[in-house]
Amino acid sequence: MEPYGFLVYLLVFPGLGFLVTFALFGEWFDRKLTARMQSRMGPPWFQPWADFVKLLSKEDITPEGVPRRLYASVPLFAFAAVASAFLYVPVVFPTSPFAFQGDLVLVLYLLSLPPILTFLLGWTSGNLFARVGAIRAVSQLFVYEVPFFIAAFGPAIATGSWSISDIASAQRSGLWFLFLQPLGFGVGLIGLQAKLERTPFDIPGAETEIVGGPITELTGRKLAIFHLAMDMALVTGAALLVALFLGGPTVPGVNEGLAAGALGFLVFLAKVLFVVFLLTALKTALGRLRIDQLVRWGWTVLTPLALVQLAVALVMAAGGIP
Amino acid sequence: MAEVEIPIGPQHPALKEPVNFRVFVDGERVVRLDLDVSYNHRGIEKAAEARDFPRALYLIERICGICSHAHATNFVKGIETIMGVNVPRRARYLRVIVGELERIHSHLLWLGVAAHEIGFNTLFMYTWRDREIVQDILEAISGNRVNYGVNTLGGVRRDLTDGLRARILEDVRTLEARSRYYLDVLTQEETFLVRTRRVGFLSRERAEALGAVGPTSRASGIPFDIRRVDPYEAYEELPVEVITASTCDVLGRTVVRAREISESLRIIREAVENLPGGPISVPAPRAAPKGEVVSRYEAPRGELIHYIRTNGTDKVDRLDARTPTLANWPSVVDAMVGHYLADIPVVVSAIDPCLSCTSRITVCDLGDRTKSVLTWDDLRDHGIRFYRERRGV
Repeated sequence: MEPYGFLVYLLVFPGLGFLVTFALFGEWFDRKLTARMQSRMGPPWFQPWADFVKLLSKEDITPEGVPRRLYASVPLFAFAAVASAFLYVPVVFPTSPFAFQGDLVLVLYLLSLPPILTFLLGWTSGNLFARVGAIRAVSQLFVYEVPFFIAAFGPAIATGSWSISDIASAQRSGLWFLFLQPLGFGVGLIGLQAKLERTPFDIPGAETEIVGGPITELTGRKLAIFHLAMDMALVTGAALLVALFLGGPTVPGVNEGLAAGALGFLVFLAKVLFVVFLLTALKTALGRLRIDQLVRWGWTVLTPLALVQLAVALVMAAGGIP
Repeated sequence: MAEVEIPIGPQHPALKEPVNFRVFVDGERVVRLDLDVSYNHRGIEKAAEARDFPRALYLIERICGICSHAHATNFVKGIETIMGVNVPRRARYLRVIVGELERIHSHLLWLGVAAHEIGFNTLFMYTWRDREIVQDILEAISGNRVNYGVNTLGGVRRDLTDGLRARILEDVRTLEARSRYYLDVLTQEETFLVRTRRVGFLSRERAEALGAVGPTSRASGIPFDIRRVDPYEAYEELPVEVITASTCDVLGRTVVRAREISESLRIIREAVENLPGGPISVPAPRAAPKGEVVSRYEAPRGELIHYIRTNGTDKVDRLDARTPTLANWPSVVDAMVGHYLADIPVVVSAIDPCLSCTSRITVCDLGDRTKSVLTWDDLRDHGIRFYRERRGV
């Protein structure tokens, strides 16, 4: 790709510009679906945009005694981490131009940054509720990251590659890893829900117990950026699952040219929104767990399930089954 | 980790009204709890002494927004007892119908709040949607959604037309289906069960010792319901099945309330179908003879007590309202210890606290266990001293 092409990819499509648009659309899609599932009307499509602009114009407060630079940079770090992660996820063609061996590990790492940054935010902000929320965020992190990683390694082992693009391309025939590793997809979905701190895993931000959790003291621009980063994490996480388990932007039989690109992009959008739909259904159907219940359930149910899936994937790979 | 004190309230997202808990936690576990409930003293008891009975009735109805009919009925019931007025049968039935509708709307509201406390927002939205049906019926009967103003001394002010009766019966059918659905959800939804089972344990002995009332005590297996033990209005002709649970936890309190919704619907159906004819009110005298009465009523939250003393005029000499929430607070403090920080909202909300209705002031000396009365001058001095010392005014 030419230098200009790279720049366009990085900043406009399918890089930053598209990601921000799609993230805010994803937030609206999630909120509207939630509302309809709860027999409410839900917001109009531009609500997330309006919220974002409104927050940008609000007063920006840094609490007393808080390291000012660190506090201001945390939302930006979260934003940057998620935006970088999205570059390695195939959107239009099954192969991202930035792909390299090992980008799966990088993306998993980048996607686990926002929860760690959430902890940092809560811990430094000096608010009691934020501090309790921060401790919960980290306790939760150890519970879901392990099964999420193991679930993501399943397709990698089956493909024999550590590149997300290779894994997506390997499902070109339409034989998605969803069918081969359904357990892995389930664990991945639950792990993603926990990563995004959505019900039933919204323990760090449990409104009725600890107000806003780690972001209690966050206001104005910082809150706007942080919200946006979490929205981006929603679509990026969903896109990662799509690439690993649902074949990414591949359409069986169409491999080349503009048609493949256009079709691939549409398929990608549909699949990501489908994953968001699953996450929303999970959110509306359940209540919030308690941290001790989550820890017990995570280590006795979720992780063993992920390990079983990994073992099956290893056996299948050794036996030469796709 | 050392003990950390977490302030909950007086302003907090989990609270709809001002109350302050000082929670001492060790990690996520609650070690102990301090409670400060009186943030909204409104002086209603004193104000009632300055109004004649019909005006006081409107004031009493405004003690609580949710159980307004409970307060109003309990008050007129007491005054009517002192006056010796015989309320017509039709009026008694109408009071029961509105009272049971109020219980349903209160329980549905509570169910939503409890679900919200554990993050189960879908159930919250569902119950509040269905609560609108009840609110609409109440509006059709009385013209109001909150303070119905149905009672008057000697009877009621609103009658049911045949068209309205048919509509109520139809809506009751819808609500019966919904209440069955909620009972299924509450007893089968896994995340709801893990958050409520064995949470906020209150044994039968402790419930009795701490004087818990209403669904809180019934969930600990105490079959105590004023509608049953001391029937008023039409409850002698419309016997109530007292619903209890033996699990002694938040789940039990939820199930008791959900089943009480069904029971209330049954009573409404029976009352509307067998509504007796006749007048809806009889004239009552302006003044009441000298006397005193303790009037009891089963409000949605439990036993509501009004102590009324009259002195032969058209005003009360003394009125004292003991709301069920006050009786239930000690059980919360008891049930909370040893649980998790995350359980506080749901354990507190399990008694369905109605805080601003509860605020009364009694001056007592903890040392020699005596109570005293503040005169107007004492109060004035206290107020001036308070602001001078604390605010520098």
